[in-house]
Amino acid sequence: MSMINYASREINCKIVYYGPGLGGKTTNLEYIFNKVAPNTRGKLISLATESERTLFFDFLPVDLGTIRGFKTRFHLYTVPGQVYYNASRKLILKGVDGVVFVADSQVERLDANIESMHNLYENLAEYGYDLRQIPFVIQYNKRDLPNVSPVEELDQHLNPDRVPSYEGVATTGVGVFDTLKAVAKLVIKSLG
Amino acid sequence: MTPGGAPSWSFGPADSKKIEEVLDTLLYESNARCALLVDRTGQLVVTVGEQPDFDSAAFASLTAADFSANDQLASLIGEEEFSSLFHQGRSESMYLADVGKRLILVVLFNKQTTLGLVRIKIRNAVSDLNKAFEEVFGRERGEARPLERDFVNEAEDEIDRLFRE
Ligand SMILES: Nc1nc2c(ncn2[C@@H]2O[C@H](COP(=O)(O)OP(=O)(O)O)[C@@H](O)[C@H]2O)c(=O)[nH]1
Ligand SMILES: [Mg+2]
Repeated sequence: MSMINYASREINCKIVYYGPGLGGKTTNLEYIFNKVAPNTRGKLISLATESERTLFFDFLPVDLGTIRGFKTRFHLYTVPGQVYYNASRKLILKGVDGVVFVADSQVERLDANIESMHNLYENLAEYGYDLRQIPFVIQYNKRDLPNVSPVEELDQHLNPDRVPSYEGVATTGVGVFDTLKAVAKLVIKSLG
Repeated sequence: MTPGGAPSWSFGPADSKKIEEVLDTLLYESNARCALLVDRTGQLVVTVGEQPDFDSAAFASLTAADFSANDQLASLIGEEEFSSLFHQGRSESMYLADVGKRLILVVLFNKQTTLGLVRIKIRNAVSDLNKAFEEVFGRERGEARPLERDFVNEAEDEIDRLFRE
């Protein structure tokens, strides 16, 4: 539910990074925060526990600048991955314009990925959204680790509709911008 | 915006004028410093009064989170909602009120006024805002089809420019 404000000529789009706990969502936002020009982004807000696990969400606004007279901005959010924080996760999905699913490629996290993907479908459905109709991309993260599942296998389990997917190493930034660019463009297209 | 059932909403200068009038009146009558309207998804819609010197995007997103978290708390204790919230600081305080389940009115005030006065005036403002927004949200989605085709192309170029190593 992007908001188009004709009075102040602003467009704000909400992109949510979803996925199992410790998959690398927060790391994606930190990388973006550190790499985009400082004058184009706001503060990175993290509601985290003392141990730096996301408690409620991370939030990063990024400014695309003025396009055809509209100040255009992306609001990037992450959700907490832990199963028991579902209430928070659902709240963050409210009004979402685009979703990035950050999967943890490690073999032993496959079930956690699948569970989180189901949870995403369910939470969206409760708002009456259908993931197949929303701008959606997947990032297979942690490709630097030795014990990762092949992408084909991850696709098979997590990506039946074959939405765009990217291999990532969020800690070094591999795939982070490719992922963001892809979802951002899909969101913009959906406005046009 | 999408066939996915997630409509965008939009409002124009006329709506904005009406809304700002309501908020101006509120500030005048309550002697509060500043009023902000934030939508439930965390986006700032309008600010009236003293321009705040904090990061308003962050403020809006945290306001929505605050309100949503409190909605959940309300339902846990068997209340349908807390239609308003009050945060008291040493010199600055804020009062948050629900507007038609889609927006949150935030009023910042200090010792120049009292909670009682602010609360009464907010109640009036909320009812006026509800009326104003009924119209905004009642509008057909199709009426707001604003963006030129070139917007998409230019935005895409800008995305490529901005998001690179
Ligand atoms: N090896 C490796 N570690 C990563 C990668 N991405 C994130 N991590 C680490 O995984 C842990 C959890 O990341 P975080 O971003 O907090 O996950 P979140 O729960 O999805 O927000 C942190 O210690 C990160 O440094 C990656 O691509 N490779
Ligand atoms: Mg996190």
